[in-house]
Amino acid sequence: MNHGKILIDVQDVWKSFGDHHVLTGVSMQVREGSSDVILGRSGIGKSVLLKSIVGLLTPERGSIEVMGQQVMGMRPSDLNKLRKNFGYVFQYAALYDSLTVRENLEFPLRKHTDAGEEEIEERVFEQLRLVGLEASVEKMPSELSGGMKKRIGLARAIITRPAIVLYDEPTAGLDPITAREISELILSLEEQFGITSITVTHDLECARLIAHRIHILENGCFQVTGTFDELKRSADPTTKAFFQVVT
Amino acid sequence: MNSRQKPEHIPYWKLMERRLRDAMEQVYGITMFGLRFFRYIFVPPYEFGQVRKHLDDLGAKSMPLLTVVGLIMGIILALQSRPTLDRFGAGGFLPAMLALTIVRELGPVITALIVAGRVSSGIGAEVGSMKVTEQIDALEVSGIDPYNYLVVTRVLATAIILPLLTAYVDFLGIFGGYIAEWISHNSSMQLYFTEVVQSLRFYDIIPGVGKTIAFGYIIGVIGTYQGFNTTRGTEGVGRAATTAVVLSSLNIIFLDVIIVQLTLLFLGPGI
Repeated sequence: MNHGKILIDVQDVWKSFGDHHVLTGVSMQVREGSSDVILGRSGIGKSVLLKSIVGLLTPERGSIEVMGQQVMGMRPSDLNKLRKNFGYVFQYAALYDSLTVRENLEFPLRKHTDAGEEEIEERVFEQLRLVGLEASVEKMPSELSGGMKKRIGLARAIITRPAIVLYDEPTAGLDPITAREISELILSLEEQFGITSITVTHDLECARLIAHRIHILENGCFQVTGTFDELKRSADPTTKAFFQVVT
Repeated sequence: MNSRQKPEHIPYWKLMERRLRDAMEQVYGITMFGLRFFRYIFVPPYEFGQVRKHLDDLGAKSMPLLTVVGLIMGIILALQSRPTLDRFGAGGFLPAMLALTIVRELGPVITALIVAGRVSSGIGAEVGSMKVTEQIDALEVSGIDPYNYLVVTRVLATAIILPLLTAYVDFLGIFGGYIAEWISHNSSMQLYFTEVVQSLRFYDIIPGVGKTIAFGYIIGVIGTYQGFNTTRGTEGVGRAATTAVVLSSLNIIFLDVIIVQLTLLFLGPGI
């Protein structure tokens, strides 16, 4: 698949928590329009990498460039400007629990756009139609199921039409049918809006559906990178073990 | 069979040193966290809507409890003081004594302690819950400064609302004193309140109300600090709420001692 310029460039990133070295020289490049998936066991540092890319965590070493701007050491005000290009889907959706579904979706629009009330209303319902949850517009997050929360989280992440979307375990904790629905939704939204994405998961089915490229994270860095079919045939023991165990 | 490891023996002095270091780190953390407020308060965007919402949440919803406490405080103070004053033939000074005690000291401190218990724990739990469910990260990722959005708005609200609540409790306390006087001595309302007004001077009211701004600031800062530094899931949320109340209450009392000393130093006893 032919993709555009490099949007995210991660080079030799190291991150530790106390004596625990989580990332030990991770490098990756993500091109415009590409959908990269990071696979790996739980607690291996997948989410740490994702949070480092968006500046929520600061690695000790290395370089992270997003749209040509160095994230590490960036001033908070500049980082906030850069973050407007991101959508982030959290593992447990992270919906603002004091706000209704409508207010959750309105929030980014009110903060970052000059959209009027009518346009905001239109955009909210457009997003809800995309994720199939129009009827839940006035519900509180506590009234939603896990799958519904993920859908709303997804809708909130893309409502401002960001260039890049980062998905942190989008199918974790869901039954296989709902997990597949979420994966298909991600695929359809990415195709529809030309989103560049990085997805962190240990769900092989999700990876198979949405990934242009898969990176296997093990021992703090990427062991193997390739398409789903390439990795399936890989002779690398970690990759082989991962595919065997999961499938 | 695995042999059970003996727990590591840590000398008492080392434990003390560790606790002291943790406490100092927390004092430093809270101080720096609180000082950021003065920088952020002048930096846009100004979240007036959030401040208004918190004024309502933190203030209006504290009113029922404060109404009861204020009235009872005045009634009890009057009932307890009356016999003692009568013994010295000073029963007529009761309205003045009540007004001075409540306006200078009891009103501000009791209001602050009640609000600390109700609001600081609420802030600690709410922000703590946002922290452990990644809602604060979600704010940050969407380009919104969580300190500005969550901390500045709440600290401003508590610093604004506490003087108003204190004035309300002061009035209710004095009014409660009148109720006790009316029940026990059928006192005249006009006479009672004339003596109250005559006994209060400018420098009785200003330090009393002024220090509640500082108390409100402390309640907001400590509550949000504990919430922001919540770890270990729901257990941490509970701990953040409890610690917020304990630290806010302690700091209010310490600060009150300092303010009373400074007031006496600069304004004199005011009698």
